[in-house]
Amino acid sequence: MPADLILTVAVQGILTGLVYGLMALGLSVIFGVVRVVNFAHGEMMTIASYAAIVAFGAWNIDPLISMIPIAVLLFALGYAMQTVLINPFINRPEHSQFILLAAVAIIMVNGLLIIFGPDARNVLVDYALDSIEVGPLLIDKVRVITAVLALVITAGLFAFFKLSRTGKAIRACADNHLGALVVGLNVKHLYALTFGIGSAIVGAAGAMMTLLIDTTPNIGPVFTLQAFVIVIIGGLGSMPGALLGGVLIGLSEAMSGLFFAPSAKTMFGVAILILVLLFRPQGLLGRKA
Amino acid sequence: MSIKLTRRQFAASAAGAALVAGSAPFNIVKAQTGKLKIGSIHPRSGFQAQLGIACQRGIDLAPKVLQQLGIKADVEIMNADTESNVDVARARAEKLINDGANVLIGAFDSGQSSAIAQVAEQKGVPYIINVAAAPQITEQGYKFVFRNFPTAPMLVGDGLNLMKSVFEKSGITPKTAVFMHVNDTFGQSMAGAIKAMAPRFNLPFQIVETIAYDPQAKDLSVEIAKAKATGAELLMPVTRLNDAILMVREMVKQRWEPKIVMSPGAPGFYEGQFYKTLGKFSNYLLTNVPWYNPRSAMTQKLLDQFTKTYKGELFELNVGFSFEAVMVAVLAHNAAKSTAGAALADAIRKTNLTDHVMAGGPLQFNEKGQNVNIKSVTLQNLDQRPKVVLPLDIAEDNLTLPMPSWQKRT
Repeated sequence: MPADLILTVAVQGILTGLVYGLMALGLSVIFGVVRVVNFAHGEMMTIASYAAIVAFGAWNIDPLISMIPIAVLLFALGYAMQTVLINPFINRPEHSQFILLAAVAIIMVNGLLIIFGPDARNVLVDYALDSIEVGPLLIDKVRVITAVLALVITAGLFAFFKLSRTGKAIRACADNHLGALVVGLNVKHLYALTFGIGSAIVGAAGAMMTLLIDTTPNIGPVFTLQAFVIVIIGGLGSMPGALLGGVLIGLSEAMSGLFFAPSAKTMFGVAILILVLLFRPQGLLGRKA
Repeated sequence: MSIKLTRRQFAASAAGAALVAGSAPFNIVKAQTGKLKIGSIHPRSGFQAQLGIACQRGIDLAPKVLQQLGIKADVEIMNADTESNVDVARARAEKLINDGANVLIGAFDSGQSSAIAQVAEQKGVPYIINVAAAPQITEQGYKFVFRNFPTAPMLVGDGLNLMKSVFEKSGITPKTAVFMHVNDTFGQSMAGAIKAMAPRFNLPFQIVETIAYDPQAKDLSVEIAKAKATGAELLMPVTRLNDAILMVREMVKQRWEPKIVMSPGAPGFYEGQFYKTLGKFSNYLLTNVPWYNPRSAMTQKLLDQFTKTYKGELFELNVGFSFEAVMVAVLAHNAAKSTAGAALADAIRKTNLTDHVMAGGPLQFNEKGQNVNIKSVTLQNLDQRPKVVLPLDIAEDNLTLPMPSWQKRT
């Protein structure tokens, strides 16, 4: 098999994996702090994708621009969800939280089906079919742009949690819930803020995703599952872990498609998940409980 | 203990019994000669929704067009959505029959059609398959299942023959080919048929790579990179709609330009959504597929009505075959003068229509319930719509090869 083919496919896999990682990052942030697993994660991403499609269809706004207001919109949605729906469930058993968010996910999918119908929709910007030549490699321009943006957003988020006062307060809540209450932090507000931030990230990922794939209402559950696989591989709650998990999944899908059977791409991602669960259950970059 | 009846009591009882006995068959006859209830079952949501909706349009238009053609169509259409799912298809078929459907028509997809066929056969309700190619459906010895669509071997046989005609007409004969197919029931049937039949057709090219992919794939970049690396001169894709769009998009991105892209008989390239999404990049692709006969008077009648009803939508094979399925059911109902399953099935089996919509010979079913007279045509996407380019006697435009480069298209 030619080396440039292997290299091209590997680069495409890594670039796609970075966007997957960004999508899963929101899930990881929310779990890392609030300790609630968002089973409506992929569905929230689909809402963001449809918002980008509407913005492009109605006002011709490039998803790379509309991702900013969409992230704000998803932040508001996430903040409201945490305040109104999830906070009352914080101390309830995990299965109650699961049912609650699974129900929210079903409502979102069906709502999208009612509004937009089942047809696949996409955004076709001028540069959608452009490629960049790097030596013998031909790399998809959209993938390069979205992967770079994914890295920038992740770096920004990392800086926010490390450097800002609010970020440090959120980390304090995640490290010691009781201690945070004792020192007078408004934990419920910080939880809502975290859920909002996680949702904003998924909003940005959803808008970007319209440049890579066609959107249908039923794609949400697929991405929820994929986000789970990625964060479990990378380590639940770990930001670099989510990115690493995304890259591993992207790369494994690409390489298995190339060397084995393209129709069995998903199988290899799940195989990595099983290996991680067997030999490093906390995930590649996760901390032991 | 003995029961004593007076003569008057006996006469009253006998009259009552006679009335009941007499009215029962009358009720049965009444139930079997009423309006024909057609259960239309298609994927109207899920990943095959657009195609199911196209089929539904043919079904919905049929009663009106048949009346215009002077055919009495006393029908009621009952609709069901398979949600692009085999298990849902089975459950909805049962519900349609329980709700009184006398005939089922559907279901675009081979897997779903197989499930519906099992239910229809078990319940003794005729099932006319409008679109589905898996050969095993009509190889089970079913008595109530009929298919007015070619099987995968028929599609492949016609497709491969037409390929040779295209090479001859264009003067371009590829030496190597890549075969890419969707990995579902239909795709696998087509792959099996091509593998089995290709050696018999003495084709001028060698298939250097076969690539199967998930029907719900979100990205085909790896698949296209792999195909491009072979340097093949011909791409033979067996696609559905969404993956056909993904495939061409990725070919443009990766600047892969085989000399000819020709489907041996699959949906995708000729669908309305394909043209809307890809615009100029949809042109020059070829599909060998059963298609409507543009020279048929009945086709023109149906086309007129379709254009009036669905402005801006594309009239294609799903509409034509679905219309014909309703026509077969209606004519069988008129001939049988009954809605009973066995009577309808007998009448459908005797169908013999020389004047119809789709290209090919008379619409007839063999002992297995298969119409073996359907013929494929070669379609080429020109001016962002499908046009018949072969056979020449029904061609709408000239074959245009080689394809211009992706980058040079306007």
